[in-house]
Amino acid sequence: MRKSYGDPIAEDLRFVVKSVVGEENFIDMQPNRSNNFCCGGGGGFLQSGFKDARLEYGRLKDQQIQATKADYCIAGCHNCHAQIHELSEHYGAEYGVVHLWTLICLSLGVLGPKEREYLRDDLKEVNVFHPEME
Amino acid sequence: MTDQPIILGSVKKDTFLDKVKELLPDGGNLNLCLTCGACSSGCPATGLENMDPRKFLRMAALGMDEEIKKTNWVWMCTMCQRCIYVCPMQINIPQLVFNARALWPREERPKGILGSCDMALRNESCSAMGTEPEDFKFVVEDVLAEYQEAQPEFADMQAPVDKQGAEFFLNQNSREPVTEPDEMVPLWKILHLAGVDWTYGSKGWGGENYCMFLADDDAWKQITSTSAKQAEDLGCKTFLNTE
Repeated sequence: MRKSYGDPIAEDLRFVVKSVVGEENFIDMQPNRSNNFCCGGGGGFLQSGFKDARLEYGRLKDQQIQATKADYCIAGCHNCHAQIHELSEHYGAEYGVVHLWTLICLSLGVLGPKEREYLRDDLKEVNVFHPEME
Repeated sequence: MTDQPIILGSVKKDTFLDKVKELLPDGGNLNLCLTCGACSSGCPATGLENMDPRKFLRMAALGMDEEIKKTNWVWMCTMCQRCIYVCPMQINIPQLVFNARALWPREERPKGILGSCDMALRNESCSAMGTEPEDFKFVVEDVLAEYQEAQPEFADMQAPVDKQGAEFFLNQNSREPVTEPDEMVPLWKILHLAGVDWTYGSKGWGGENYCMFLADDDAWKQITSTSAKQAEDLGCKTFLNTE
């Protein structure tokens, strides 16, 4: 969204994230907005076969995320999600990587047991909607 | 000083850089480089394949087209555009990279990207996983029915395919319907609770476009046109790109 419409529209998404997780639980990485670093999942990199180079590319992103000490990173698209999830495991920090839709539904109290693939143990059992579906 | 000095040719040949300049508005500012290195200092791809954005542009400016054609680095730059953002002259290096990808013979481009593009060209789903339209429709209907029953609060939730006149046309990354269908549901719930009138399309529902990454312009256009035409044929007012 930011790439197409610029930084101001990304503030709308910050509003959504803060509303969902609480202002005190939101940590912007540094640098951010248009100064932020690409994670390395896009542009076809994930399918290019250059895995070592892709993980090396992502080192900067992983360091940025680790510096926030946040428990979860929210990824805006599939390429980012897949890449950052792999970075989390590869560099050993093991932070969670989630889609925004997961957190929105969790905060609304409508996230069922089978919709929690990317939540870690700390949130897996929290406020489960229709737990009998498991 | 025994090294031979570099002699610049007096007759200017038509270089790769010249050709790309003709394609871009304002020539992509490709001849405005101040060599400051702001692009390279913040680029995560700097150092891969012994390359960086400034070096790549300088090589193009020097007409080193053979080297430009050979480097794998063009597949490691994600074209994120941060280099344009920090550049005092707004030079479009990502477009230079994209067009350098197109210099490769199609069959020699990375197999994974090539394969994903070819899969998307197999049928009208335009899915990089090759999923047929009927299979997508089946999965969506099957998952929806399961949730309507198991979570009665969402008994009225819809996930239509080809709903004529819907306000929003939504595309869908293939990963969910093919490998983790439950992950489609949270977005459906949000749209339902927000009262959004939306639809998927049986044609052009695949959200990913590896033909674009492959720098295969004709195939890229075919994929995008299929999606856009389906949204138009259904009379949707807004295309919601979820990728």
